[in-house]
Amino acid sequence: MSDETTTGLNNRKILMWVFLGSDCMFFASLIGTYLIYKGMGLPHPGPSDVFDIPTTSVSTFVLLMSSMSMVFAYAYLVRSNIKAFRIWMISTIIMGATFLGFQIFEFSEFYFHDHLSPQTNLFGTTFYALTGTHGIHVTIGVVWLGIIFYSSLFRNTVSAKTNLDLDLAALYWHFVDIVWIVIFAVVYLFGTFKGFPS
Amino acid sequence: MVTNQKNKINKSDIHEHNHPSVITYFKVAIALISLTALEVVVYYFDWLGYGIIPVMAVLSIGKFAIVVMYYMHLKFDSKLFTYLFMAGLILAMVVILWLMALFGWFK
Amino acid sequence: MTTIPLKLPFKIDLSRPVNPTGIWDWITTIDHKKIGVLYGVTAFLMFITGGIEALLIRTQLAGPEMKIIAPDVYNQLFTMHATTMIFLGVMPLSAAFFNYIIPLQIGARDVAFPRLNAFSYWTFLFGALIMKSSWFLGGSPNAGWFGYAPITTTTFNAGHGIDFWVVGLQVLGVASLAASFNFIVTIINMRAPGMSFMRLPLFTWMTFITAILLVLAFPVITVALIELMLDRTFDFNFFNTRAGANPLLWQHLFWIFGHPEVYILILPAMGIVSEILPTFSKKPIFGYAAMVLAAAFIAFMGWLVWSHHMFTTGLGPIANSVFTITTMLIAIPTGVKMFNWLGTMWGGNIEFNTPTLFSVGFLSMFLIGGISGVMHSFSASDYQQQDTYFIVAHIHYVLFGGAIFGIFAGIYYWFPKITGRMYDEKMGKLNFWLMFIGQNLTFFPMHFIGMQGMPRRIFTYDANMGWAFWNGVETFSAYIIAFGVLFFIINMLKSWGNGPKAGDDPWDARTLEWSISSPPPVYNFLDVPKVEALDDFWVKKQKGLSKIKSKTKPKDIHLPQASYWPMLASLGLAIAGYGIIYNLVVCGLGIAMLLITVCAWSFEPVNEPDAH
Repeated sequence: MSDETTTGLNNRKILMWVFLGSDCMFFASLIGTYLIYKGMGLPHPGPSDVFDIPTTSVSTFVLLMSSMSMVFAYAYLVRSNIKAFRIWMISTIIMGATFLGFQIFEFSEFYFHDHLSPQTNLFGTTFYALTGTHGIHVTIGVVWLGIIFYSSLFRNTVSAKTNLDLDLAALYWHFVDIVWIVIFAVVYLFGTFKGFPS
Repeated sequence: MVTNQKNKINKSDIHEHNHPSVITYFKVAIALISLTALEVVVYYFDWLGYGIIPVMAVLSIGKFAIVVMYYMHLKFDSKLFTYLFMAGLILAMVVILWLMALFGWFK
Repeated sequence: MTTIPLKLPFKIDLSRPVNPTGIWDWITTIDHKKIGVLYGVTAFLMFITGGIEALLIRTQLAGPEMKIIAPDVYNQLFTMHATTMIFLGVMPLSAAFFNYIIPLQIGARDVAFPRLNAFSYWTFLFGALIMKSSWFLGGSPNAGWFGYAPITTTTFNAGHGIDFWVVGLQVLGVASLAASFNFIVTIINMRAPGMSFMRLPLFTWMTFITAILLVLAFPVITVALIELMLDRTFDFNFFNTRAGANPLLWQHLFWIFGHPEVYILILPAMGIVSEILPTFSKKPIFGYAAMVLAAAFIAFMGWLVWSHHMFTTGLGPIANSVFTITTMLIAIPTGVKMFNWLGTMWGGNIEFNTPTLFSVGFLSMFLIGGISGVMHSFSASDYQQQDTYFIVAHIHYVLFGGAIFGIFAGIYYWFPKITGRMYDEKMGKLNFWLMFIGQNLTFFPMHFIGMQGMPRRIFTYDANMGWAFWNGVETFSAYIIAFGVLFFIINMLKSWGNGPKAGDDPWDARTLEWSISSPPPVYNFLDVPKVEALDDFWVKKQKGLSKIKSKTKPKDIHLPQASYWPMLASLGLAIAGYGIIYNLVVCGLGIAMLLITVCAWSFEPVNEPDAH
């Protein structure tokens, strides 16, 4: 959309940034809830019982790399290198799906092996709600990227000229990544650090 | 096409923003991996005690910042986007910290 | 054109509507003016239902130990009255004005995202229907408009009433968020050339600030509602005290939203009054920049005061003191605005017509509400006032005497612009005086009985309490208000069809919406205005430059095309909502419908290439 606008900036791009600012408040409320309830209620299963930091570090790494892959996809689209764009796009989607795979694996481990469900205790409730909401955000992102990838293959509507569509999806994707950066640090690392005096 | 404005005014700063090179993006990725690795390593340093909090904060904020500034392009785009996003981000941080205080985190 | 023939007696044409007429026009419209009218009419009808709920409450309280309304119905009545008035009344009435007036005031042809705008309306309508349908589907929510947990959990509230509240509010929240995103981008990015931020009409400024508050506040209540919904539907433990949950979590999340919400409720009305007083004082607003700064300061400070709603929950002296101080501070920018409105009128050539009367009514009533607000701000005195009728008095002075009076002022002020006809001034004044007298006689005595200890949310009271006299006065006066509203309705119905023609600028006003015809053409402006000053239209009128012939032909102006998808997407969301309450499979179907329609919407261009 190349409408003439007051600031010269695109309406949809401004919309995306306002939305992301708003989404910060959404995740803040969930993270706030998690922190308020940390250490309360039935202590077991608790973070130290279930978290496997090495595994989660790998999934975190995968999500971070998907951001890199996303940014390459955009850079190549803008330079009209559609082939490279598609390669990096599919990498991003695969890495995003891999992250989701890790999440599903983790959830099922917690649920079946450790008997931690949302109903078990406050930790289960707040953990599943926060990471589940993040996971839904990632899923929406993967679907969105998938639709763009599909469009580039079958609908001929993805080109350097329409790079704004990808730009918007990329912004959303990176946001989902930075929320995970916070969750990984606050929930996983801070939550199970063994150095706090007890 | 929707024709909404006949004339452009006050074309505020950037319409043609600088694109960082692919190399820069790669460097950011290396930084992200390193910072994450550092976070995980430091996590095992039990001797840090409460010191883990500022260390983790610095590392996470560092990762957060480079993704936002470089990958999300905020450093190179119009300041308007920065204001819009920062409004939400800062308010979010204030609310979390204030809630934590009200629930006895900082006694 | 893609026509899908079905085996029906009539053909259904599923192609994109081109210049639809009749009811299809209203269903598929993306024109901000039509959407504004839809909002206004729907919201007003909801306002009437909220008023009926209020009259039932007042009737039950007219005398001691009356048995007109059973206690459990009474609980539903006060819950629905407040929820209706706030979310289905004041907010969408304000939204009606945002929709109709903002593009006109900034010199734009429409909002930034016309289909998203339509989606906001339809989502609001469905949210309202979900909420109100609770009356007929087994019982309405009964735990107050603020729904404190754990009384709203299934442990203490097993029926579907609270589910309607939780789902309805989330749907309404989506509507409000969508609208606010739209207005933020519109006001930033669709202003006419020369319309800098400091040349925006104050109504537009207040809308902008309100929208920013909204997009930051609604996510918080959305999380609270989702948490409650997870508890109720899937047995999560957010508010399960047996699992160790803290009831204060709900209160904090709710009021972190709830306090900015009250500024969301009042700022638009303040904006309306800021348009009306200068127009009918024939003077510019006193201290334009101060008005903008004061509003920004109110919006900022509004985030720092929320626990003044929780002074009696045992937060401790430090928290109570901090929130007392921040709450007192927020009175200051409000005071600045008060003085500026008075300063606007001072020395002006004032015309006391209906909009002016309602605006002056707003000033005086909001002032009284503000004064009682300062009395609550002090945590020590609030200990006596909290949960008494003293608070009910405050609420209604600021929300009825404030927001509603401001909205009525706006309805009368912009009526000629929207309809092209003038309302009956005599009846307007009668409406005002009945509402003004009714408001004061209904709500002022609540200060007295509140001080005497009458708690909120009680369905009756003992004859020995000494509250009977004032309760009787309040009930009688509530009917005076209703009578006033009746005259309003008659005036509107009579004048919309048959009122005298109003002309483009019947008030000799100051802002751009008065420079075009009444009602405006579908494209708003033949030529996008070039703005050179604050109150540009007024300035141009003084220079004799306001009537310049345009060379543009209307048919050369391209406007966004109508679309089915916004309404269908809203419908999907509504189906999902009912599904959460009754049947999760239906919920899944609703979500699927939402996702499919949103995809179709995003693939649909703003205009079809072959359509005009």
